[in-house]
Amino acid sequence: MHIRRRDFLTLAGAATLSGSLPRLARGADNAGVYDLERFGNARILHITDTHAQLRPVFFREPSVNLGVGPMRGNPPHLVGRAFLDRFGIRPDSADAYAFTCIEFEKAAGRFGKLGGFAHLKTLVDRMRSEAGSGRAMLLDGGDLWQGTGLSNTLQGADMVDAANLLGIEAMTGHWEFTYGEKALRANLERFKGEFLAQNVYLTEEAAFNDAKAFDPASGRVFKPSVIKEIGGYRVAIIGQAFPYVPIAHPKRFTPDWKFGIRDEELQKLVDVNRNNDKVDAVILLSHNGMDVDLKLASRVTGIDVILGGHTHDAVPQPIAVTNPAGVTLVTNAGSNGKFLAVLDLEIGKGKVANVRYRLLPVFSELLKPDPAMQSLIDKAREPHAANLNEKIGVADRLLYRRGNFSGSMDQLICDALLGELNAEIALSPGFRWGTTALAGQPLTMEDVMAQTAVTYPETYVQTMTGGQIKDVLEDICDNLFNTDPYYQQGGDMVRVGGLAYTCSPNETAGKRISELKLDNGHALQAGKSYKVAGWASVNEQTGAPVWDVVAKHLRSGKPPNRAAPGVTLKGVEDNPGIAGQG
Amino acid sequence: MTDVGFSATRRLILQGAGAVALLGLGNLPFGLTPALAAANDKYPEEAFKAKSEADAIKALYGKTAEPSDKVKMDAPEIAENGAVVPISVTTTLADVTSISFLVSENPVALVASYKIPAGTLPNVANRIKMARTSNVIVVVEAGGKLYSANKEVKVTVGGCGG
Repeated sequence: MHIRRRDFLTLAGAATLSGSLPRLARGADNAGVYDLERFGNARILHITDTHAQLRPVFFREPSVNLGVGPMRGNPPHLVGRAFLDRFGIRPDSADAYAFTCIEFEKAAGRFGKLGGFAHLKTLVDRMRSEAGSGRAMLLDGGDLWQGTGLSNTLQGADMVDAANLLGIEAMTGHWEFTYGEKALRANLERFKGEFLAQNVYLTEEAAFNDAKAFDPASGRVFKPSVIKEIGGYRVAIIGQAFPYVPIAHPKRFTPDWKFGIRDEELQKLVDVNRNNDKVDAVILLSHNGMDVDLKLASRVTGIDVILGGHTHDAVPQPIAVTNPAGVTLVTNAGSNGKFLAVLDLEIGKGKVANVRYRLLPVFSELLKPDPAMQSLIDKAREPHAANLNEKIGVADRLLYRRGNFSGSMDQLICDALLGELNAEIALSPGFRWGTTALAGQPLTMEDVMAQTAVTYPETYVQTMTGGQIKDVLEDICDNLFNTDPYYQQGGDMVRVGGLAYTCSPNETAGKRISELKLDNGHALQAGKSYKVAGWASVNEQTGAPVWDVVAKHLRSGKPPNRAAPGVTLKGVEDNPGIAGQG
Repeated sequence: MTDVGFSATRRLILQGAGAVALLGLGNLPFGLTPALAAANDKYPEEAFKAKSEADAIKALYGKTAEPSDKVKMDAPEIAENGAVVPISVTTTLADVTSISFLVSENPVALVASYKIPAGTLPNVANRIKMARTSNVIVVVEAGGKLYSANKEVKVTVGGCGG
């Protein structure tokens, strides 16, 4: 992809003119994109869900991100045009490319890749130095150590080095836990920042057996919070890990730990920070997901800002939530290294007087890579480069994953499962990480790993009845569309191959999925058994790793399946979380 | 084993649960306190057969419960394992004589009923089995009246993280 600086010149300028919302206004030249008006006395920089993407990526934002119940039509459940309108972003602009799926391929050619830790480092350093010494800090919301072949092989060790060089001062976790306690603790030994999690506790058995804990009295496994001095003020940072690690992933990785949202414990912690520690501001560094954070903000009082992640929602403005004691701002900072959030605070004694927030896209073409970080990345990759760079196929079309029900990349994975494992039906998890490949682009092992790099990649083939298959779809659908966010887990709908179905997201659990049909047009029968292939099961499996299955399929050069994914949606025709095109 | 023998065994187990609570206080004599005598001291066979929580509460207490914010239930939103769901309850109500746990969607709604002797802190933590996603109801008997709290606990096959 070629850099076209001229596009940036005109379009960034246009964005300024259209700027009914000043926070999105950008300067008129390249460097100006990152010129921020000075504000406040403390700057908090936030990245989240980078999924170990050390190098710049293409990542297409979703065209389907439905909100149901009270979440319908509200951020983050807006896509395409509705998203641009809500946030005052000019169509055809660099921001429109970064934040939405509109004309993705065309815009990708003009504006290039986003992210990359060497580029991010340059931007972080600039934001820090502009804030002034002792006035800035960098936080990471988790999902830092997982998502690439390299991080999978090194169990996240590469990302600890990158985090230290980037200067991450505190983080929380999600996929970090899937490396298991031993690897997690080994990484944390080397991590120079703090790992914070107020909502991870020892199980009763583990506590009884004196398992390691930060606070044996309460059973808290990790330090819950830290108080940092910035700009002469005391700011409490509380960590909130992903609440459903042992449910969304195999329990065997975290046998001694229990999770949960635990907003009562959180409230106590905030109260102690406010009343005893006399902090001036409280920040929650959260991996709850945006809908959960919005609900939490309405219940827990005393938090100034929730810096959120997990659901990979790139939301340009904070959402203000009223609760019995005031207002809490809720943000979500996107994924895959595409964005750097800049939260400028004007802190006074015991309170935050004013706030300015910007979610800056990390346009790799506009940022000079930091040489030290670039060399760190190159050195970490070098021993594995031959394997990662191996070309195994070509993208026959735009391949992307993100979307509530399907993505062309997952269709490819389902085709591989069906073909290589000789099954009637394929199931593939609805992860929200996984980069985008442009049509015609060579596909390497690194590209395949970017879709599949988990610690439980084993494939399976099993017999399931039609009834069981429907139950699984219903169950996962409720994780996505329960109208109470506390009963959601984040992630998207399981992807299916060889199967078509109708989904009514507004229905209740057990009533959303209907009209299940096999590829041959026959209705799925509740009592009949079918051969189902899949991967990333929470139960232990023994099949070949899915990346080998996908690679074998690509190498075989079988003609790509171009059939549209067989999901018919009902009752969401006017929902602004679904884009007509793009 | 005869029916009578079975009931006696179950009754012993229930009294044993009361005794666990008593142990915390040290030296109250087992099985002889007025509170235990005052509560149903017969094994509540009918209550443990009832399919619905309303029938179970009626069989157990002969009256209905009213929701109260003085009954504090701690239960997960989503169970990490449906076979062992940790549920605990505390209450600031006075004169608590029993605490019962019910799961609407279980084949038999009543899961456990604890007798709370006088002088015991009304604080019970247990792990229950749940067949599937369901409301969990806690009933506290205090001063001869029934108070309740309920919460939906989701039992899931597991999903995929973001």
